[in-house]
Amino acid sequence: MMYTPHTDADREAMLRTIGVKNIADLFQDVPAAHRFPELALPSAMTEMEILAELQALAWANDTARELICFLGAGAYNHYIPAAVDAILRRGEFYTAYTPYQPEISQGTLQAIFEYQSLIAGLTGMEVCNASHYDGATAVAEAVNMSHHHFRGKRPKVVLSPAVHPQYRDTVRTYTQDSDVVLVGDQGEVDPTANPQALLPLLDDTTSLVVVQYPDFFGRVFDYTDLAKAVHQAGGLLCVAVNPLALGLLKPPGEFGADIVTGEGQPLGIPLSYGGPYLGLFATRQEYVRRMAGRLVGETVDNRGQRAYVLTLTAREQHIRRERATSNICTNQGLMVLAATVYLSLLGKHGLRQVAELCYHKAHYAALRIASLRGYSLWSNEPFFNEFALRCPRPIDEVNDFLLDQGILGGYALGRDYPDFEKVMLLAVTEMNSKEDIDALVDVLREVSHA
Amino acid sequence: MNIPPELKYTQNDEWMRVEGNIGTVGITDFAQEQLSDIVFVEIIAAEGETLKQGDSCATVESVKAAADVYMPAGGKIVAVNDELPDKPELINTDPYGVAWLVKVEIGETSELNKLLDAAAYIEHCAARQG
Amino acid sequence: MPEHLMCELSVPGRVGFRFPKPDVPLAPLPEGLTREQLPLPEMAEVDVVRYFTRLSQLNHSVDTGFYPLGSCTMKYNPKINEEAARLAGFAHLHPLQQVETTQGALAMMYTLQEWLKEIGGFAGVSLQPAAGAHGELTGVLIIRAYHTSRGDTQRTRILIPDSAHGTNPATSAMSGMEVVELRSDRRGNVDLQALRSHCDDTLAGLMLTNPNTLGLFDENLAEIIRLVHAAGGLVYGDGANMNALLGIVRPGDLGFDVLHYNLHKTFSTPHGGGGPGSGPVGVAAHLVDFLPDPILGILEEGDEEEDLPPFYGFVTPPRTIGRMKAFHGHFGMFVRAFTYIAMHGPQGLRAISDYAVLNANYLLARLRGTYHVPYDRICMHEFVLEGRWADAPDIHALDIAKRLMDFKFHPPTNYFPLIVHEALMIEPTETESKETLDAFADTLIQIAAEARSDPDLLKTAPHNTPYGRLDEVKAAKELVLCCVAEYTR
Repeated sequence: MMYTPHTDADREAMLRTIGVKNIADLFQDVPAAHRFPELALPSAMTEMEILAELQALAWANDTARELICFLGAGAYNHYIPAAVDAILRRGEFYTAYTPYQPEISQGTLQAIFEYQSLIAGLTGMEVCNASHYDGATAVAEAVNMSHHHFRGKRPKVVLSPAVHPQYRDTVRTYTQDSDVVLVGDQGEVDPTANPQALLPLLDDTTSLVVVQYPDFFGRVFDYTDLAKAVHQAGGLLCVAVNPLALGLLKPPGEFGADIVTGEGQPLGIPLSYGGPYLGLFATRQEYVRRMAGRLVGETVDNRGQRAYVLTLTAREQHIRRERATSNICTNQGLMVLAATVYLSLLGKHGLRQVAELCYHKAHYAALRIASLRGYSLWSNEPFFNEFALRCPRPIDEVNDFLLDQGILGGYALGRDYPDFEKVMLLAVTEMNSKEDIDALVDVLREVSHA
Repeated sequence: MNIPPELKYTQNDEWMRVEGNIGTVGITDFAQEQLSDIVFVEIIAAEGETLKQGDSCATVESVKAAADVYMPAGGKIVAVNDELPDKPELINTDPYGVAWLVKVEIGETSELNKLLDAAAYIEHCAARQG
Repeated sequence: MPEHLMCELSVPGRVGFRFPKPDVPLAPLPEGLTREQLPLPEMAEVDVVRYFTRLSQLNHSVDTGFYPLGSCTMKYNPKINEEAARLAGFAHLHPLQQVETTQGALAMMYTLQEWLKEIGGFAGVSLQPAAGAHGELTGVLIIRAYHTSRGDTQRTRILIPDSAHGTNPATSAMSGMEVVELRSDRRGNVDLQALRSHCDDTLAGLMLTNPNTLGLFDENLAEIIRLVHAAGGLVYGDGANMNALLGIVRPGDLGFDVLHYNLHKTFSTPHGGGGPGSGPVGVAAHLVDFLPDPILGILEEGDEEEDLPPFYGFVTPPRTIGRMKAFHGHFGMFVRAFTYIAMHGPQGLRAISDYAVLNANYLLARLRGTYHVPYDRICMHEFVLEGRWADAPDIHALDIAKRLMDFKFHPPTNYFPLIVHEALMIEPTETESKETLDAFADTLIQIAAEARSDPDLLKTAPHNTPYGRLDEVKAAKELVLCCVAEYTR
């Protein structure tokens, strides 16, 4: 019907070859009582009709491009160069499968190898896998990996309360009913405190400490001392990053991280109402066999050509089955390509440039807003492009005001942290002009007076 | 298929050479052939550690498979083959000689009764070749 | 001719992309926290575009040729799906926006949720899981939560047929369950005796792919489900093979308690070189409370008389297993699947499975004389052959697969399921024409002849592809996983 090419003549010829009268005869093993149900779905639409319907649905939304967007909290409104989508739309890339037959998949394989190299370099680590689903599940896989690494003998995982709440929730879901003990974000540590506050929780039962960089409140800390303390206690340090910030900031590999995870959405992937995104995962060479996820390695073919192939596949679920570290099969394939093309286009200079634009615009916004009566910065720590702002009214009210003026305000931290009812997490990117920021300041001033 | 008559065997394709109360452990010719080119060996047992019969002492990986190696008998580990991880292919070329994995001071000699002799192991291999 | 890597193409000083200059005063950079080296390439845009375009040309893809990978459902990916997902009103929505600004997106997600319930016969659906394996983890966690809520904490065993995809036991182990493998009988069904022996009060559930990875609809399905339920266990359906069931039967009607869908298989969202997928999960009524957080719901009913649509939003199920990932799932894939289902309607969906199964049986009929069929019955949307002959002892399934590439066919799935020797798992899908199927069958028949007359041709294949067989042993032993060092020289 839609995309099936068969003519009546084709169908009849095929049925004759098979030796049955009707297609329905091929379903004899299906229990008769439930066979061929009538599905209560709308009748088929043509391409023209569905496009009109989709456009109506799309127009019913106000997007981060129509509104002035200052919302971040794990997903950011960045500019995506036109060439990124041009490459992603090539059928040879997006309609290909996992490169299990390397002789006819070198496009995908070499692209993944480049990705592994770029992310390893960006994070300052030695090896990087071909991605996890997103920033949250990447942290869950880090917990999984460190738990396996210590053979279950170190059940404790320290989660900084300044790690994204949804990442911590995901880790909790993954570890429910296991012997992993999660501490650090249940009130033991004040979220306002700096990383040193995690030290009292370290002991010889700790496998992993997880922090974020910049953290969920936007703060940038140097984790060198924390890394030393974690290693002294015999554990591993996992740092969850915003990779765009690494265009400017010192990479976690340099201050002693053992695992770096991240959300790759800022690297050329549209907001797309939450997905698909990109889970970054990088580590040190010595842990490569513990790492879950696909890996592409370099080799040669039988004609002497350098070539790429999925390697260390014996770690994965299709071979180790119940002994695999993780069950992951699908990666984020096309999103890996998007990030790779983005980083290649921007390159050394472009990534630094966009990171600096975010940095300077965010600092301009912070300076102007902090000078308004009723507003103050929640922290004096260095920040990248996101900061927590104390407001004179509850955040949902402030955001309603802002929305009336065509502005998407920041994230209401009160949703996840008690006592933060009037604190907003504001993000600024290269997509915000000085006029946008000035407009925000004007409306915020009005909110305080109203 | 090389199956030395003087060794003891397990269902999981480990062999053990018993000399006095010391057992030397490795994986068999059948195992290495099934795995094909072995690319990685990790011996997780440490010298001085006490393992039980059936505990995992090593992992062996080839391009298409990974296998755990289990202790044919329990006891204290007295030696570990440090040279093997650098040359994993030795398991393919000399599985009963230089590619031994660990040596153990056997704790309970009665555990040896649970192992297969060469004839029983030959049958076990034949049954699986189908 | 291999393509150079970017670290080899990079030229110091080249700029690929420019941003506008800062329009705000510059703030001082944070001391001690900035990086000195940034190991990324320096290439002009034309060179980046050429590089990736040429790489793409090294790939086989559905858009270039037949791709009969069993259990992957490599059907045609409609281009309208790509337009739909890129509509500005969808592409630029931030996941945390106030729901009053995203009612169009929410309406679409809610509708998809309802449609998937209807297609599978389930009372509840979560769109959140990112892929099939993620959906499996969700399902097993739900099963566990259900038993725990009833005080049945001793139910820790999951039964999994020996033909199952590796993700099934990996998922169960990941959730802390004990995996028990069930053998298949001679007709490729789950062995009922084996199943009965494990039906006790330690049984948490059975993970079943149906049709299974042999492409067979289990002849004892009703009895299997009855036995598991009678023992107090739940039945998890791996929906990877749903392409055989659309409009044919609803797993929920058969008694499956929970099932994951693969939008990237059955519902045509593209495979992207390995992802992204999307693995929504459907559940029966007694499991609805345990779904992941959040699901789509109607916060305020609409009013048809007033022409007021319902007000949609996110709802937390009362006994949720929790959040499976950040945000609410792979929205970009939802748009595509929604478009696909809308364009097919009930008759169109039925036609998908009709023709998927017709195509598979046609190929099976054409090949069964030349290749051994270990489980020779009417198949569903895929079937398994043995890639070996007694009179060609040196030839393995791998050699057949490599030779197929010379004829511009992607090989079928190799060496899976594990219970068949030298397995070749073939799934044509419904979007292939009779000519393509005949050409494929003819080629496989030719290769069978070559296996006897000229085995070396197979053993050294492929010959006509950009690359020959790769040294996978070298790749594993001499691990080279990145070239970052080149950028820091």
